[in-house]
Amino acid sequence: MSALLELQSLSVAIGKVALLDGIALTVERGQILGLVGESGSGKSLTAMAAMGLLPLIGGRVTAGAVRFDGQDMAAMTEVQRRRLRGGRIGFVTQNPMTALDPVQRIGAQVDVVSRLHLGLSRDEARARTLDLLTQLRIPEAETVAEAWPHQLSGGMKQRIVIAMALAGDPDLIIADEPTTALDVTVQAQIIHILGHLVRDRGVSLLLITHDMSVVAQVCDRVAVLYAGRVAEEGPVGPIFAAPAHPYTAALIGCIPQAGMAKGSLTGIPGAVPSAMTFPEGCRFHPRCPRASQACRASPPPILSRGEGRVACHHPEVSA
Amino acid sequence: MTAPLRAFRRPQGGLAGGWLILVIAAALAAPLLTPYAYDVQNLPQAYQPASARHWLGTDEFGRDLLTRLIYGARTSLSVSATAISISVLCGMVLGAAAAWFGGWLDRAVTMVVDLSWSFPEILIALILVAIIGPGTIGVMIAIAVAYIAQFTRLTRAQILTLKGETFIEAARSLGAGHAHILFRHLLPNALAPVLVSAMLATGDAIILEATLGFFGLGAQPPVPSWGGMMSAGSALVFKAPWVIIFPGLAVAVTVVAINLYGDALIAELDIRSRLRREA
Repeated sequence: MSALLELQSLSVAIGKVALLDGIALTVERGQILGLVGESGSGKSLTAMAAMGLLPLIGGRVTAGAVRFDGQDMAAMTEVQRRRLRGGRIGFVTQNPMTALDPVQRIGAQVDVVSRLHLGLSRDEARARTLDLLTQLRIPEAETVAEAWPHQLSGGMKQRIVIAMALAGDPDLIIADEPTTALDVTVQAQIIHILGHLVRDRGVSLLLITHDMSVVAQVCDRVAVLYAGRVAEEGPVGPIFAAPAHPYTAALIGCIPQAGMAKGSLTGIPGAVPSAMTFPEGCRFHPRCPRASQACRASPPPILSRGEGRVACHHPEVSA
Repeated sequence: MTAPLRAFRRPQGGLAGGWLILVIAAALAAPLLTPYAYDVQNLPQAYQPASARHWLGTDEFGRDLLTRLIYGARTSLSVSATAISISVLCGMVLGAAAAWFGGWLDRAVTMVVDLSWSFPEILIALILVAIIGPGTIGVMIAIAVAYIAQFTRLTRAQILTLKGETFIEAARSLGAGHAHILFRHLLPNALAPVLVSAMLATGDAIILEATLGFFGLGAQPPVPSWGGMMSAGSALVFKAPWVIIFPGLAVAVTVVAINLYGDALIAELDIRSRLRREA
């Protein structure tokens, strides 16, 4: 059986600016893949590409393909893709504060997804909505379903957005930084609930985040994105134990831990380069402690490493 | 939607709203309110000033002025309101389509709208009545077309702002089609400001209708309209000034009332700031 979602050396450009360069990612059925990177590394763009929504932001695929359940997204008609979105791929947006229509009641907004994709009647859809809200541990689901978006807190709204993503009974959920806009205490809750629901239903999850600790908590595999390229990809355990790419190591070094000495939390010097000025060779070399002449000259080779792979001239040799 | 009711609690909103209800009720109940017919001439009774029998006096054919004023409200209000409704409907569809689909459609619509904005409404309406021919229907269509640009522009601007909202992106990513997004998400969110502006435009439309009526292009005699009555009265300013004064007052007070009530409604709806708070 083929993978559920497969990005095959996908390159994406907006106008003349190449933003993604040969992204290869695979989400297997029932698997949680974390997609990590700093702002501007192309995470959200990857999500848009996976849903075939690039035209919405003026982007286009310049090379490679997106395959969902073995089918090439580019070969589908727009109507087929629309059926896919919401029906087989659920999407959780970045900012729950603006993700709900302010002039529609909560229940109606969730109902419509299952009515559209599962062909349920009004009553069946509402029953399903209430069931979903309860599973998302929303107290008094009936009251919440009759509420307006402005009456709910951010954490509640994000649960509603997750309910909308689940309502069409999808095989894959793409969550684009689902907790960025929320309080830290609520963040943990939402990630916990999302992780559990996905596992219980055997749904796959593409979790986009810039928070390595979230990845460590819930993901099976992780892909690290830097400046439109995959730096390192593989199972969470080995990567966290011994990151091969210096960028991955630096990201893991950014997770604060209890008992750390003051001042030992490391940052990464510099910033992600803008897509107009991607450096030659390895795009990470200006910020890399291990950069050599080779890194400046040519793009790094993609080396396999255990069950994963790393794109680096000087990968850390695992112990 | 309790904002229209809450607007009544503001002093100027209550006063203005009260007047509007009075005028609309009188127009609806016209045959019950007055013993006279609007079109039966009674020449011996012509040019009478206000009296107990004729509260506002009589006109040059001896017809009761109050009766004609109440029946005139029927014409003026129904023509203006219908015209603006048509205008809002067409404007919203055009504006929403232009903003949502963009491209050549947007460019074409924007160009026509900008072009028509360089002409005053009265000019557009006059040209159209000249083409269609005078009468109630002609005036209605003329007013409707004259105001389409305004609502197209407003709706387009609203939709353009809403288009970038996350909930629209969310709807698309959950498989919603064009029609669903337009009718379920975009138009309902754009509705409140458009309706308030339609209310205010109705005031302008009453003036426009009276103007066209004054030129003799509106409702044809003997059917009364406020503009037509003023036109007849203009010849009698010195002989029987009440014939022109009362319809003029009716137009003025009604239009001021619509504007005052509209202002109160805007304050109560608090449309823009509410949207901003939620973002």
